Amino acid sequence: MTHQAVPVKVYAAVFLALIALTISTVAISKLELGEFNFVVAMTIAVIKASLVVWFFMDVRRSSSMTKLFVGAGLFWLAILLVFVLSDYLSRGWLPGPKWW
Amino acid sequence: MADIPAPIGLPPHAQGLKHHFDDSAQQLESSTLGMWVFLLTEVMFFGGMFGGYTVYRNLYPEAFASTSHFMNVTIGGFNTGVLICSSFTMVLAVRAAQLGQKKALISFLVSTLALGCVFLALKYVEYHEKWVDHHIPGPGFQYADPRYFHQAQILFFLYFAMTGMHALHMIVGAGLLITLIAMAARNRFSAEWFTPVEMIGLYWHFVDIVWIFLFPLLYLIGHTS
Repeated sequence: MTHQAVPVKVYAAVFLALIALTISTVAISKLELGEFNFVVAMTIAVIKASLVVWFFMDVRRSSSMTKLFVGAGLFWLAILLVFVLSDYLSRGWLPGPKWW
Repeated sequence: MADIPAPIGLPPHAQGLKHHFDDSAQQLESSTLGMWVFLLTEVMFFGGMFGGYTVYRNLYPEAFASTSHFMNVTIGGFNTGVLICSSFTMVLAVRAAQLGQKKALISFLVSTLALGCVFLALKYVEYHEKWVDHHIPGPGFQYADPRYFHQAQILFFLYFAMTGMHALHMIVGAGLLITLIAMAARNRFSAEWFTPVEMIGLYWHFVDIVWIFLFPLLYLIGHTS
């Protein structure tokens, strides 16, 4: 095939990092951090997902075309979430009659 | 796998190579790209549910905080570990296929399948808990805090919709793994051609990623408030 086999060590390191991040996200969720609980939990989730995409799904060795597609997909997801939330979260920010 | 006879005037095919591709590398590239396009449609599908979930979480923060006490963090956390282990065995299966190690390939695929079944079994335990507590949205729904009776139903509905769709993807993945195990046992893969193992690997990791986001959103956030 086009790619060389990755040493098991690399996969094991990623695996241990994922387990460590899972344990830390559960531990941190027990702390009282207010809004930061959400931020920390989502940051850890994004790091974990990136590790899986980059190493396990082997995007790091995929073609530029595949990388472009993955990036475009995430960009579209961002459009979906940002536009929906910018509507719902900003409601009631301006004074005036409520139409909804 | 028997060699495909070459058309007259053309060199014989490499194993697994379809004649409309120039070479194995181009064929693999097409498969990978196609699989990613499919996975991105899945990202958008789950993205819609994550969006809806976030909107309702912001509309009813108090109701949301009250439902999060009924989520079983122990099972959820353990299941997260189970899925990460299954992703690890899946990646080792792909590696074994790449090195042409049939025995290792089959045993890693079987372990991935077993871990997937453990996840689904624990999911069943969780759903059963919800059933016993009357936390299934609908006519039988009961909730400790009457103020949040309606809002909590929406949040439990989202919980079941999202984890249910995820579990459905796990079941499909388990079926695909069984197919791969059968194919591997019949010597259908070699170090030259194992594309289905790689593609189903991508699918399995994607399902893992969905859970990586579901777990903190459904089980962890709002836990303290």
